[in-house]
Amino acid sequence: MSNGAAVAHDPHHNPNLAHHFESMEQQTEASILGMWVFLVTEILFFGGALMAYMVYRSQYPDAFALASSHIAILPGAINTAVLILSSLTMALAVHAAQTGERTKIMFFIVITMILGAAFLGIKAYEYYEKYEEHFIPGMGLQFIFPEPEYQQNAQIFFSIYFVLTGLHALHMIIGLGIMTWMFIWVKNGTITSEYFAPIEISGLYWHFVDIVWIFLFPLLYLIGRHVHHV
Amino acid sequence: MSSSTVSIPSTHYLNNGTTLKSWLLTKDHKRIGLLYLAAVTFFFMLGGAFAVAIRLELVTPAGDLLSDANYNKAFTLHGVIMVFFFLIPAIPSVLGNFLIPLMIGAKDLAFPKLNLLSFYIYFVGSLFTMYAMVSGGLDTGWTFYTPFSTVASTTAVVPAALGIFINGFSGILTGLNFIVTIHRMRAPGMTWFRLPLFVWSHYATSLIQVLGTPVLAITIVLVAAERIFGFGLFNPAVGGDPVLFQHLFWFYSHPAVYIMILPAMGIVSELIAAFSRKQVFGYGFVAFASIGIAVIGFLVWGHHMFVSGESVYAALVFSFLSFLVAIPSAVKVFNWTATMYKGSLSWEIPMLYAVGFIGLFAIGGLTGLFLASIGLDVHLTDTYFIIAHFHYVMVGGTIMAYLGGLHFWWPKITGRMYNRTLGKFSAALVFVGFNLTFFPQFVLGYLGMPRRYHAYPDEFQVLNVLSSAGASVLAVGYLLPLFYFALSLKYGEIAGDNPWGAVGLEWNTTSPPPTENFPVTPVVTWDAYEYPTPVEGHVV
Repeated sequence: MSNGAAVAHDPHHNPNLAHHFESMEQQTEASILGMWVFLVTEILFFGGALMAYMVYRSQYPDAFALASSHIAILPGAINTAVLILSSLTMALAVHAAQTGERTKIMFFIVITMILGAAFLGIKAYEYYEKYEEHFIPGMGLQFIFPEPEYQQNAQIFFSIYFVLTGLHALHMIIGLGIMTWMFIWVKNGTITSEYFAPIEISGLYWHFVDIVWIFLFPLLYLIGRHVHHV
Repeated sequence: MSSSTVSIPSTHYLNNGTTLKSWLLTKDHKRIGLLYLAAVTFFFMLGGAFAVAIRLELVTPAGDLLSDANYNKAFTLHGVIMVFFFLIPAIPSVLGNFLIPLMIGAKDLAFPKLNLLSFYIYFVGSLFTMYAMVSGGLDTGWTFYTPFSTVASTTAVVPAALGIFINGFSGILTGLNFIVTIHRMRAPGMTWFRLPLFVWSHYATSLIQVLGTPVLAITIVLVAAERIFGFGLFNPAVGGDPVLFQHLFWFYSHPAVYIMILPAMGIVSELIAAFSRKQVFGYGFVAFASIGIAVIGFLVWGHHMFVSGESVYAALVFSFLSFLVAIPSAVKVFNWTATMYKGSLSWEIPMLYAVGFIGLFAIGGLTGLFLASIGLDVHLTDTYFIIAHFHYVMVGGTIMAYLGGLHFWWPKITGRMYNRTLGKFSAALVFVGFNLTFFPQFVLGYLGMPRRYHAYPDEFQVLNVLSSAGASVLAVGYLLPLFYFALSLKYGEIAGDNPWGAVGLEWNTTSPPPTENFPVTPVVTWDAYEYPTPVEGHVV
C-alpha cells in the first residue's frame, strides 16, 4: 500500500496509512464520506423500486391491501426484531473497535452475523410459503390469487414484493460477506484503535440495510391489512 | 511558447514500470485515465462503425443495404455503445481521472483501488454488451421501451441490459471517488473558490452519477425481472404501466445528458481562459451554473414524454422546467464569450475546438427550447429534428470539447507535442463535417422525416445524401487525430512543462508528471486563472 518515500522516515507512520493521504484523520474522513455517498446511491436504487410500488399502490389500492393481508405477519415481525437487534450488536462492535477491544469486536461481529443469517433463514421460509400458496408471479409457476377479480393486479404486488425483498436479501448476503472480511481483519490484527474506519463504514452499511427493512415491513406487510381482516 | 524547460524528466509516471502488469494493475489515476482512453477510443470506433452503416443505408430512399431488422439493430447498438460506453465515461474517466488530482494538488484520487475497480467494472459491463452485439444483437433502441423490450423483442435484451447495469456501477464509483477527492484531498490553500472550473463541473457531474445512475440500475433490474422471471411489472396484461418505465428511465437518462455535457463545459472553461489569457468572467456564476444544471436537470425528464400519455398539467410543469435549465446553460455561454472579450486570443488547436463548441452547443441548446415547447414538440417528436438536436449537444458539444481537451492536455499527458498543421486541418474537418452531417437533419425532421426507419420518400434524398457526405468528412476528421497523436509519441517535439503558458497546478509539474504528481505538496496562494501574472511566479 505504502510506497511513499516522503513518509518512510516518519517514525509515527502508521502502516495502514495509504501513501496518498497526509494523515490517518484525512484517510478516515475520506472513507466515511465515501460510504455515506455510496449509501445515498443505495437510497436512490431502492427509491426507484419504491416509486413503482407507490404508483401501483395508488392505482390499485384494493388489490394491494388484499394481497398484503395474505402475507403472514409473524415471520416478518420476528425478522424486524432480529434486524433491530443486529443493529444494536453492530453498534456495539463499532464501539469496541473505537476502544480497541479485539475480542469484543469479534464477539459482536459474530452475533451480528448470526442474526443476519437468522433473518435470511426466516426470509427463505417465507419465500417457501409463497411458493406453497401459489403467490409467485412468474418463473413458469402458476399464480393463483384467492380473490379472482384481483388475479391480475395482485401479481404486480407480488412482483414488487419479490424484487424489493430479494434485493434486500442480496444486500444482507453482501453484508455477511463484509462481516466475514472484517472478522478476518480484526483477527489478523489489521484493525487497531487507530485504524478502525473499516469497521465503522461496514457498520454504516449494515445499519442502512436494516433501515431499508424498516421501510419494507410496513409497506409490504402492514398497510391496509385491517381493511380485509385475515 | 515555452522557453526554458524543454526536456522530458528522467522519471515520470509513464516510465515508472513498463510491464503489462504495471499498467493493468496500476493504481495511479493517470495510468487508469490512459486505460480508459484506450477503451473509450475503441468504443467510439465501434459505435462509429454502426453510424457508418446507418448513413450508408440512408444514401438511397429504398431500404436496400440493411434489412429493416438489421437497421433496427444498427441504430440501437450505435446508441447504446455511444451513450453508455463512450459519451458518459469519456471525459470524466479519461481527463477527469487524469486531471482532478493534478488540478487540486493531490497525489491521487481518494480511493485508487476503487478507481481501478471502476475500470474493470466498465470492462466487464462492456463484455456483456458486446456479447449481446454478436449473439442476436439488440433492436429496442437505446431507450429499452417496455413492453417491447420485456415481452416482444426477440433479441439479446438481457445481456445488453446487464452490461449497462454493470457499467453503471463504474460511473457511480467514479463519481463517488471524485466527490470524496474534491472534498478531502485538496492541497493546502486550495479553497473551493480557487478550484478550476473543470473541477467544479466534475463535482456537479459526479452528483448526477451518484444520484441518477442507481435509478437506471433498478429500472434495468425491473425490466430483467420481467423478462427473465416473467414478473408483471410494466406489462399492461396484468395492469402494469409502460409509462412508468419511461418515467424511471428518463429520470436517469435525461440527467445523463448533463453527465455528458457538464465535463465538456468544464474543459471549455479551461480552454477559453488559457487562450484568452484572462480570468473566466463571472467565475462564481459559471461554477454555480454547473450545480444549477445538475439540480434542475433532475426535474425535466418529463419533456421526453409529451406524447406518451402524461397529464397536460405534468407536461406544462416539465415544459417550464425545461426552459428554466436553459438559464444556467446560457449563463455559461455568455460568460465564455465575455471572457474572450478584450482577451489576448491565440488560435491554438484547443481554442478552435472550444470556440466550435460554443457555436454548436448554442445551436443544440436553442433547438432544445423548440422541443421544450409542448405544441411544437408534438410536431417534432421522433423526427430527425430530435436526432439533429441531441447530436449537436452530444457530438457538437461533448466530443468537440473532449477533442479540445485531449489536444490541450496531450503535451501534459505524454510530454510531447503533436503535428499542429494536421491538428488544425482536422479541427476544420470536424467542424465542417459535423455541420454538414447534422444541419440537414434539422430540415429533414421539420419536414417530417421520422427517426428509426431504413427507408424514406424520394424527396428527402438530397438532404440525406448531404448528411452522409458530411459524415464521411467527419469520419476523416475523427481519424486524423488518432494518426498524429500516435506519431507524436515517438516523433513529437518535446513539449516542456507548460507549452501553452497556462496557469493551473497541472502546469506546475513536469510533463509527464511524476507518479505522485508533485515533488512537494503545493501550497496554493492564488485564485484560479490568475492571468496575466507571469506564469513562472506561481511555481511553488
